[in-house]
Amino acid sequence: MSEPLRGVIVSHAAVAAALIAAVESITGVGDAFVPVSNDGCDREALFQTLAAAVGEHPAVLFVDLPGGSCLTGAVAYARGRPGLAVVTGVNLAMLLDFVFHRELAPLAAAQRAAAAGSRAIRTPAA
Amino acid sequence: MSIKLFRIDDRLIHGQVVVGWGQPLHVRFIVLVDDVVRASPSEQELYRMGVPAHIDVIFASVAEAAARLPEWDADPRPGIVVSGDIATLAALTENCHRVARINVGGIHAKPGRSERLRFVFLSDAEAAELRRLAARGIEVTAQDVPTARPVPLAEFA
Repeated sequence: MSEPLRGVIVSHAAVAAALIAAVESITGVGDAFVPVSNDGCDREALFQTLAAAVGEHPAVLFVDLPGGSCLTGAVAYARGRPGLAVVTGVNLAMLLDFVFHRELAPLAAAQRAAAAGSRAIRTPAA
Repeated sequence: MSIKLFRIDDRLIHGQVVVGWGQPLHVRFIVLVDDVVRASPSEQELYRMGVPAHIDVIFASVAEAAARLPEWDADPRPGIVVSGDIATLAALTENCHRVARINVGGIHAKPGRSERLRFVFLSDAEAAELRRLAARGIEVTAQDVPTARPVPLAEFA
């Protein structure tokens, strides 16, 4: 069996760490994700942090916003690295889906997670 | 004056610029002044990604920005000029009386720099460059987001 995908959550402030804590509290899985915060980072520093978080693993980078320094850093880092895929607009629903589908290829897992995250955004009647 | 903010920020276009400043200033165009980004379509694509469609993004080299500053200043739409380093904005202020204020929004840690504020790290040479700008009558303050206190230059350089 091949190595399961790693999820790297790239966020402003402590969003990434909080999401990982929530995933673990719901699923009991505590090793699927690595948090990366852009606090105090320019592009170069964010690259170094991403490199440490990803290592040599195939991974999906989950970014909080569809723009900004987290995304520009993540996309630039992922360029030319076929073992990486990027998803923006990270939410808890997509992470919960990802936890149980880490056997997929990075792009397929990213697309599946994006779909799961999108489905979770609703405006239910109060 | 159409340009509402001249900002030094080594993250260039990011959330604080687009949302933090862009929303309250009703910004409709952002000029990113950087020779490297100007020469790289892929870098430009990265910086365009997070900018809403109603905000134009203009990529300019330092030379282009110096030439086009009057044009942007006459634009009826509110705009922001952002560069990644002090030297770039200093170059724009040469022989130009249009820049009255410079906002230091984010200069991060690098070897040779020391922490002046949570979001401002400067080498001694960079601090001196900011003081030279101030000596020419330009108001230099550090302020990452509009709701924060603008920190006068004397408090960090």
